Amino acid sequence: MAEIMYWEGIQRAHDEEMARDPLVICMGEDIGVAGGTYKATKGLYEKYGPLRVIDTPISENGFSGLAIGASFIGVRPIVEIMSVNFAWLAMDQMFNSAAKVRYMSGGQLTAPVVFRSPGGTAHQLGAQHSARMEKVFMGIAGLRVVTPSNPKQAYGLLKSAIRSDDPVFINEHELMYNMKGEVPDEEYFHPLEGSEITRSGTDVTLFGYNITVHWCLKAAEILAKQYDISAEVVDLYSLAPLDRAGIKKSVSKTHRAVIAEEDEAPVGVGSEVIAIINEECFFELDAAPVRVHSALVPQPYNHKLEMAAIPDHEDVVNAVLKLFGKA
Amino acid sequence: MKLEDKKRVLREMVLARRFEERCYQAYIERKIGGFLHLYPGQEACCFGVMEAARPGHDYVITGYRDHVHAIKCGSDPKEVMAELYGKETGSSKGRGGSMHIFDVKHRFMGGYALVGGPFPLAAGIGKGIQLKGGDEISICFLGDAANNQGTFHETLNMAALYKLPCLFICENNQYGIGTAIDRSTAVVDQFKRVSSYGIESAQCDGQDIDVVYEHARKAVDYVRSGKGPFFLELMTYRYRGHSMSDSRAYRSREEEELWKQRDPIFIVRDRLIDAKVLTMDEYHAMEKEIDAYIENEVIKFAEESPEPDVKDLEKYVFA
Ligand SMILES: Cc1ncc(C[n+]2csc(CCOP(=O)(O)OP(=O)(O)O)c2C)c(N)n1
Ligand SMILES: [Mg+2]
Repeated sequence: MAEIMYWEGIQRAHDEEMARDPLVICMGEDIGVAGGTYKATKGLYEKYGPLRVIDTPISENGFSGLAIGASFIGVRPIVEIMSVNFAWLAMDQMFNSAAKVRYMSGGQLTAPVVFRSPGGTAHQLGAQHSARMEKVFMGIAGLRVVTPSNPKQAYGLLKSAIRSDDPVFINEHELMYNMKGEVPDEEYFHPLEGSEITRSGTDVTLFGYNITVHWCLKAAEILAKQYDISAEVVDLYSLAPLDRAGIKKSVSKTHRAVIAEEDEAPVGVGSEVIAIINEECFFELDAAPVRVHSALVPQPYNHKLEMAAIPDHEDVVNAVLKLFGKA
Repeated sequence: MKLEDKKRVLREMVLARRFEERCYQAYIERKIGGFLHLYPGQEACCFGVMEAARPGHDYVITGYRDHVHAIKCGSDPKEVMAELYGKETGSSKGRGGSMHIFDVKHRFMGGYALVGGPFPLAAGIGKGIQLKGGDEISICFLGDAANNQGTFHETLNMAALYKLPCLFICENNQYGIGTAIDRSTAVVDQFKRVSSYGIESAQCDGQDIDVVYEHARKAVDYVRSGKGPFFLELMTYRYRGHSMSDSRAYRSREEEELWKQRDPIFIVRDRLIDAKVLTMDEYHAMEKEIDAYIENEVIKFAEESPEPDVKDLEKYVFA
């Protein structure tokens, strides 16, 4: 096991898959000659050339559609969309073409294309560069959504996404590309469905995904040390489909749940997880499940306002304390 | 085009026309639901281009006015009709409908309902051909109004930039639903619009299949020889309304009559009669025979086929 960075995991997955299969290609803005905004495609242009590492014009809907069309006849494109905020422009092709083609062709065509894109609040990027968008993607039939919380997942989820015959959207985070973590030296494929217990506990389940897994882990640490509360942390790396069985299993053990999301609350991972808890294990609950989430505002520029808008590990701790009547 | 080919194509065009007219009737009878966009008037476009290309080998993609394109690529008219009837035996297993005919084994890559949506998909298929090294080309048939979508410009730029083997056919019937082209589009000649991307283009009559064929042959050769994309604009007219809910109040009956005098089927028919390889009696007999085929085989198949099983509702969502 070597310790590498999140972006290196993504780069390695590209490299291994492109070396294996000449029909795996990658494309996006500034991914080739410039090496990628987040370095996720570093060195690939030099190695695989301009036919397979494609610098695209700033035409998100256009190049997403081009990737989808190529995937119809056996190409496996990995598309980087520089920021999820720009993915709005590509939704027509992602949703109307990629997600639906298999169904509306009665199973004749499939779009094995991977879209990767970072979202989330970074450093005062303002309203049009800080959006999260998982809530939108996870509600579309025919599209898989995964979101890596560490380098191992960043590597292994991309490997599996490339091999998947379904279109997959990989939700990354602006702040996580330099995060370090252990990744197996040998080839590793992370399952595209399911969830992972990142920390085992007995009193409350903290559901997180992507960056919020780290808030949950930090909160669990504090809850154990300062309040003697044993929190289980569940990593929902698959947002579509969500792991109903995993959610049920953990809540049936701890009887309490907090869901942490960086996104605004209306319509999102939190509401979905709570709906699943209601459907799967309502009578296991000792307290009403709660969401920790962003304020319903376009992301402010001012740093203080920005920090006030999004939650962090302290909000998770406070939510748990409230559940236990301690705050 | 050789006379014997022309005779075969005449038959195919009549079949396409009668097929579409029969759809009209089935729609009135409520056998067909949803939106239904018919092709009569524009037949020389699809047939002229596809005679110059290789149906079943070259990839074809189009919009919602897609029945005839699928059939010309090799789809069984029975399966297309069954799709319109929403049957399990339909080309898309009843999951697609009129606007989403697919027949991948004949390289008919689908009908799509979002105006302009197929442009980048066609470029992607071109990219796939380029990577795989085949001699196929990617042919995209769309209407005139689609050219006002961003995807048109994004795609033409990329197709030229990456030198993709794509043939863009603009079937300019001069209306987008009820809006005449000069009311929606600053430059009415569509073939001129692509010059800003350095793409070769041409415009020609879309009613006379000989004219379409000659232009298409050059365009197909150009694209297949690896020179990059080509854009061919065909001037045509749709006789019926845009879809079934269209009173045609936006155009005059005189205009319609004028176009019907240059009917693409009659042009071929009369030329074959002049060349003495067809008589009017033979033509009428052929029409009758085609009608009988449509009734006794195509409609019968669609009528008698089973509907999809509701328990299969979620089939075909994921691989
Ligand atoms: C994105 C989108 N906007 C609007 C529509 C509604 N619409 C369907 S067809 C059409 C007109 C298209 O005209 P044209 O491209 O000339 O094709 P034609 O129908 O004449 O063959 C419109 C506006 C649509 N289907 N998709
Ligand atoms: Mg039109």
